[in-house]
Amino acid sequence: MDIREYMKDHFVILDGGMGTLLQEAGLQPGELPERWNVTHPEEIVRIQKNYFDAGSNVVLSNTFGANGLKFDDDELKTLITAAIENAKKAREESISDHEKFIALDIGPLGKLLKPYGDYEFEDAVAMYAKTVRYGVEAGAELIFIETMNDSYDTKAALLAAKENSNLPVFVSNAYGSDGKLMTGASPASMVAMLEGMHADAIGANCSLGPDQLIGVIEEYLEYSSVPVLLKPNAGLPRAENGKTVFDVTPEEFADSIEKLMKKGLRIIGGCCGTTPGHIKAVCDKAAEMEPVPVTEKEFSLISSYTHAVEFGKAPILIGERINPTGKKRFKQALRENDIDYILGEGLKQQDAGVQVLDVNVGLPEINEPEMLVNVVKELQAVSDLPLQLDTTDTAAMEAGLRAYNGKAMVNSVNGKDEVMDAVFPLVAKYGGFVVALTLDEDGIPATAEKRVQIAEKIIKRAAEFGIAKKDLIFDPLAMTISADTTAALATMKAVHMIRHGLEVNTSLGVSNVSFGLPVRNIITSTFFALCLEEGLSAAIMNPYSTEMMNVYYAFKALHDMDENCMDYISYTEKLPEMVPAGSQAASGSAAGGASSASQPAQNESSVSELQNAIVRGLKEKTGNLTKELLKENKPIEIIQNEVIPALNIVGEQFEKKKVYLPQLLMAADAAKAAFEEVKLIMAESDDGGAPTRSPFVIATVHGDIHDIGKNIVKLILENYGFAVSDLGKDVPEQDIVDEAIRVHAPVVGLSALMTTTVPAMENTIKLLREQAPWVKVCVGGAVLTQEYADSIGADRYCRDAMETVRYAEELEAAMNSENG
Amino acid sequence: MSGFVSKIADDIENDGAAVTQYLEYEPPEVNMTELLRYSGFPLIRAKAIADGTDDAPDVLETAEKAAKLVEGKLSFKVGYKIVTVKRDEEGFLILPFQQHSEKLKMNMKDCGKAVLFAATIGSGIDMFIRRYERTDTKMALYMQACGAERAEALCNKFNSDVKEAARLSGYKAHPRYSPGFGDLPITVQKEFLSLLDAGRRMGITLGESFLMAPSKSVTAIIGLERL
Repeated sequence: MDIREYMKDHFVILDGGMGTLLQEAGLQPGELPERWNVTHPEEIVRIQKNYFDAGSNVVLSNTFGANGLKFDDDELKTLITAAIENAKKAREESISDHEKFIALDIGPLGKLLKPYGDYEFEDAVAMYAKTVRYGVEAGAELIFIETMNDSYDTKAALLAAKENSNLPVFVSNAYGSDGKLMTGASPASMVAMLEGMHADAIGANCSLGPDQLIGVIEEYLEYSSVPVLLKPNAGLPRAENGKTVFDVTPEEFADSIEKLMKKGLRIIGGCCGTTPGHIKAVCDKAAEMEPVPVTEKEFSLISSYTHAVEFGKAPILIGERINPTGKKRFKQALRENDIDYILGEGLKQQDAGVQVLDVNVGLPEINEPEMLVNVVKELQAVSDLPLQLDTTDTAAMEAGLRAYNGKAMVNSVNGKDEVMDAVFPLVAKYGGFVVALTLDEDGIPATAEKRVQIAEKIIKRAAEFGIAKKDLIFDPLAMTISADTTAALATMKAVHMIRHGLEVNTSLGVSNVSFGLPVRNIITSTFFALCLEEGLSAAIMNPYSTEMMNVYYAFKALHDMDENCMDYISYTEKLPEMVPAGSQAASGSAAGGASSASQPAQNESSVSELQNAIVRGLKEKTGNLTKELLKENKPIEIIQNEVIPALNIVGEQFEKKKVYLPQLLMAADAAKAAFEEVKLIMAESDDGGAPTRSPFVIATVHGDIHDIGKNIVKLILENYGFAVSDLGKDVPEQDIVDEAIRVHAPVVGLSALMTTTVPAMENTIKLLREQAPWVKVCVGGAVLTQEYADSIGADRYCRDAMETVRYAEELEAAMNSENG
Repeated sequence: MSGFVSKIADDIENDGAAVTQYLEYEPPEVNMTELLRYSGFPLIRAKAIADGTDDAPDVLETAEKAAKLVEGKLSFKVGYKIVTVKRDEEGFLILPFQQHSEKLKMNMKDCGKAVLFAATIGSGIDMFIRRYERTDTKMALYMQACGAERAEALCNKFNSDVKEAARLSGYKAHPRYSPGFGDLPITVQKEFLSLLDAGRRMGITLGESFLMAPSKSVTAIIGLERL
């Protein structure tokens, strides 16, 4: 019998603790329990038989740590095969006659994935895949992924299970006392992701006792449409005469579990400290109860790696600014692989109040799948907002969905068969909440009724792929009223019909409605308000538009979606900051002028207002002053006559220890604001990129993930106009060499913070000497000294950012005198 | 009695209680002088800025903003185990992991027991550091400093509990000593962390080059000398 059949109308009883019982049987600290499958099979069989006898329907193989990081392939296969055989033997020997299943147990690899740690997601998938394949070959009947404390790691394991077997997969996470996973995921966000990927049962195990996990399980039961499992510890461990003891007795354990069974818990076992006695007590309770039916929940959820966002209650704002369409500066960023600029757009929108970020990085001349994966990973490293992957490139869509940590929003499908056939399988595999445009092979219908018909067709088609209505959100398409004044009426009607007739969520890119009209904001924001009233669930919009945000907060307050109007009130408190940039510039520079008059100049009277602003680290003022100056001066003049001299003043003060690192960085930040203004002008004028000095390749070496020191050096170098190629942290040796060759850099800067990573630095230098002999290498980082630098063959040790600048200038001067 | 003094004292007295215990502390108070020191100011300047007697523009405000941003986003976890210390014929400590550290031997002179601990403020801080690394280097510096200050404050809190617990049980606590200091190689981290089951119970994992993740994590040994 398939356990999926069995669990439809039965409680499923899992086994209890293994580790503590193995220790009692003589497992030594430091000894790997998986080896006991081969060295002490009789002990394993005995313990597992006891669980079957006590009433367990499922026994987990003794393979918690059986992975390719701990064992080579041959041993791994041997251990897993033996583990499954042991469990089967235990089943044969068991005297009880209830249904029994053997699960392949999979625990975490014990490596934290990027960006938290240094392990690659795809490497984790490959590692789990090995364990899965050996388990399947050995005859496991289901896969039990457990004690996962990171959502991305969980996804890697589940993906490996799904891609390498057809077995049912149960997924169990380890929650902390704050009700979150170690890396921050809430139960609802895990439900969203795991259900989307078709886990067959989900829940929690380990870390705490049953009573401390009540809140977590209740949240699972609220959101989950698949059976919920719990495998808690027997309370918290305590020392007694040198032994670990757990306080919760079998009776107390079963009493606590019983309360949750009454609320809908279906699959129960025990983790650390639980024994066959605990399992027996739970079985006795289960025998007297009818399981609560598992029901389909109608929540429309997406998730990031920390939280879920629900559609269909308060309207959801989706920030539209990560999109190159019509934005020269953004296109430039994409072409130059300037990820920082894109991240900046994301974070600014988050600060402006959006709940989801749309991500569109499509540009004909770039590799979109690669770029989308990169941006998804980088965005998820700095922002906890869920993302909407916005692309028409199916390969990019798949790559993005795969790399995404959580359940993403997918933009988009439409009524065309070809598009549905391409996108729905991806959503079925990776999970997702899909934006569906109501257009088909014949284009966008003029009437609301026809658009609703397309929506119905899409719902039907999605169902064939196992995608429920709740995972669709319809965009009935806003068209400009400047071309057809009935266009908005049709859209609003369609929103109403889809929302209230079909009972599905709706979304719109609202700004299209005003295309071609003057002062578009007035029309767009009013249209937004009207659509919200018709039941619009989400809008892809510009969160920097005060009018749009006004509508959003007012609507929520008026619709009883804002308790005590608190969101509205705190929004209004921030309002003065959101005055349009133009008016702020004027008042900013006026105020700045006054304050600088009352301040003594830093050096001599020759220090200009802009220089003073940079020296004092006044970012906003620097930006505004630069904007003013750009009206009458060439960008290059401003940089040479204002920015660089100002940086020199701060640089000298830093070298003389009159100012310290934070102040140096504030000045650098201010200078960056000036550069940003210059870049804007350059992007507009299309005369190709900012003026730069010689290239400089910089990286934190392989194995080292310390980034700040390197970033400080990079920032200051950029300030001085060097064309910095920043390869990031933990960079393989060859990548650094390749980049140095590609840009023909005269100098490479390497950073390492740990003695353990200095060898990587040494190797990089060796490779550079072989393949790029012209390159000078300067090194820096906490553990380095001049002596150390000499011993690994570097050309120069640079103590700090300013020394690096001086060195780069020195090399440049030498080069110029050679050429001149 | 503050913190977990009586619990730790129980464990010290419970001879050979080699069971790892896990504690969760309340957030310790922020020490602004320390935070500024970690961000690059010398102690005197840091103190003056924290006191408000040195008005470097925006520095205190930004540092305070950093501290405020992470408030409530961190956890303060400690896992510890108390072991009886044995020595080999050369006097090196026999610990659950191999090492031949002269300095540790000196540091642990006359100690019959040792507290091995790992402390972490969780991965939340790394998210902030990463976020600003990419967008605002100055803020990243303060976040880094903030994390260092928070982790140090947690260690100090635990350490002072251990000191007090040791005193109650008739012991004196020696200064704490960490892998990677002096001649105690950082490579012992692997066994150190697995001894405390720190991966599973605290989320502390080790990267390829023996860096801990979350980055603001500390491991150390505190020697206990019988009085």
